[in-house]
Amino acid sequence: MSPAHRDQTVAHGLRWDRAADLEKDPAEVPDPERVEVPQALREEIEAHMANYPDSRSAALPALEAAQRLHGWCSPEAIEQVACVMRVTPAYLESVASFYDMLETAPVGRHSVYVCTNISCSLRGADELYETVRDAATEGIDGEPINVRSFECLGACDIAPMASVDGVYVGPLTPEDVPQLLEDLRAGRPVLPEKQLVRRLVADPHANTREFPRHPADETARADEGGD
Amino acid sequence: MAAPAASPMLLFTDIDEPGLCTLEVYERRGGYESLRKALAMTPEEVLDQLKASGLRGRGGAGFAMGTKVSFLPKGSMDKYLVCNADESEPGTFKDRELMQKTPHMLIEGIVIASYAAGANCSFIYIRGEYVEQADALDAALHEAREAGYVGEDILGSGHSLSLVVHRGAGAYICGEETGLLDSLEGKRGNPRLKPPFPANQGLYQGPTLINNVETLSTVPAIIRISGEEYAKLGVETSTGTKLVSVSGHVQRPGNYEIELGIPSREIIYGLAGGPPEGRKVKCWFPGGSSSPVLTADDLDIPYDFNSLAAAKSMLGSGAVIVVDDSTPILDVALKVAKFYRHESCGKCTPCREGTNWTVKMLERIASGEATPMDLEIMASVQEHIIGNCLCVLGDAMAMPIGSMIAKFRDEFEEHIEAARMARGLNGSAGSDAALAAQGAFDEAPETHLAHHGTGDQAPGAHEGAPGTHRGGA
Repeated sequence: MSPAHRDQTVAHGLRWDRAADLEKDPAEVPDPERVEVPQALREEIEAHMANYPDSRSAALPALEAAQRLHGWCSPEAIEQVACVMRVTPAYLESVASFYDMLETAPVGRHSVYVCTNISCSLRGADELYETVRDAATEGIDGEPINVRSFECLGACDIAPMASVDGVYVGPLTPEDVPQLLEDLRAGRPVLPEKQLVRRLVADPHANTREFPRHPADETARADEGGD
Repeated sequence: MAAPAASPMLLFTDIDEPGLCTLEVYERRGGYESLRKALAMTPEEVLDQLKASGLRGRGGAGFAMGTKVSFLPKGSMDKYLVCNADESEPGTFKDRELMQKTPHMLIEGIVIASYAAGANCSFIYIRGEYVEQADALDAALHEAREAGYVGEDILGSGHSLSLVVHRGAGAYICGEETGLLDSLEGKRGNPRLKPPFPANQGLYQGPTLINNVETLSTVPAIIRISGEEYAKLGVETSTGTKLVSVSGHVQRPGNYEIELGIPSREIIYGLAGGPPEGRKVKCWFPGGSSSPVLTADDLDIPYDFNSLAAAKSMLGSGAVIVVDDSTPILDVALKVAKFYRHESCGKCTPCREGTNWTVKMLERIASGEATPMDLEIMASVQEHIIGNCLCVLGDAMAMPIGSMIAKFRDEFEEHIEAARMARGLNGSAGSDAALAAQGAFDEAPETHLAHHGTGDQAPGAHEGAPGTHRGGA
């Protein structure tokens, strides 16, 4: 989706210049007889609701689950969550529009968040972001790749870095970008050697012995041995 | 430079040992022994240990943890414990390392703290971006439940605790404790008016203890070595060890466990290797991007809560961001201000408008439209934000920006002049005419339009009508 398109949408496909339907009661909880909710989604939301003294606390995990299924917090997704949680769609829209990771427009299921906050930008993140953005114009399965310049992702030790569908990789150079996107398109682990989970702590006094780079390496070896 | 003396390790000991995230390895290394020890004591005795340790909150505010626990009302009622794992302060990544590599230590700390506080229901609110860390916590929590460390009648003590890992969805403001509570209740993460404080009226209106990941992860160590022993580490008003996240222009960015009170120079140069060869420290944030910046002259300040407060900055979350002399201060200020503009929840006017105005004024400086007078206006905007909002997000921008204007005023003024020259405003007409153009209505309307047109999607940004003037005259 182009940024221009995004500007025109306030939320959930509504355009800013389209009048609201004042006849419609905004406080309507969807009728379970009318709304079909996929069974797996319903079960996941209900499991989240059972986790809390007040079931409304499940709003974020429920919206996240619906977004995983639908690709974004579409009107359909919102209605399904509202139906299971017994709240109004407007309530959930107010929640969804507050959080950066809940998408209120169809931006694509796969995301590359490039951190461009202070520590990363001091190490070249702005250039990295532009490189990713320009290289990711071709989408995946007909959907765009959701490339975003993101606020601090909490990984300044591997600056500049990116979160690719939740997997942290860094430090990245613009030269890493083609491989990153190729791995993402192919559904492979992204830049395995640059994944955060394989890094040892920086503190030289922390480890009293030599340890392998990460248990992930051990597990991979064990898996190979097991097969 | 000589290697600095090793700090005592409480949190990072052999943290990269394979399998430490599993119960098996954690128990083999003595994990959950502190829980057994604590459950053999009375809750009051555990609380006394926490108080004796002098442990101050590691999330940013630095409030004494034992005192915070004692604020919760006594008696039988639903009390809550919430672990703040929304680590979003720019430059901070210490909790990430703990949760990913030693999640059981956090869980053990939560169970002990809940016993001291009399809480039976607890949550870990983790930022949504930390997918891998939340998965590690969920896996560890599953093991801890199976082993009876979390759940009903823990180890036969009669103490019960439920624990849920709650994933956020990307909002800095949810690291503010009352914003976090609203978010955890399934709402937009808007901060609440205080008082009432969460200790009296927090989650679901019940008494709630909120602590940072590092604070709670330190609890098992305190019980193991005793509060008195822990208090011997560090300095009098800042006891113990602290994780510092060093980032920016240093050669070895990363997390380090230090004893509080060591010289800041030792962190930046000794541990992190200092700026790249041939560069000098220009400024540094001692505690995340919300802390007022310090300069190269301040490198010998002891790194502890009170010494940094005395230097008119703060230890904050322990995130040291180093900026070297190759970076213009204006770039730093713009990055910081834009972040807070994006993250302002919009509830309080001084923060919502103040962050937006500050960004616009910094952009004016960059584009050569500003005059030295704008620095005064910008400084006064910062003063009007501080203390005037429900939470400190606005202050978190105002303090560093204010400190940059105060400490790098010359550079800002040079930049203003240079940018004006580049834009051709300081030509033969001289700077007086340029000033007049800035302060009066005779500036070409298309200049305004062009400027507004290039503005990005700032909340509350309007299209400027031709001829309207928004200068600060």
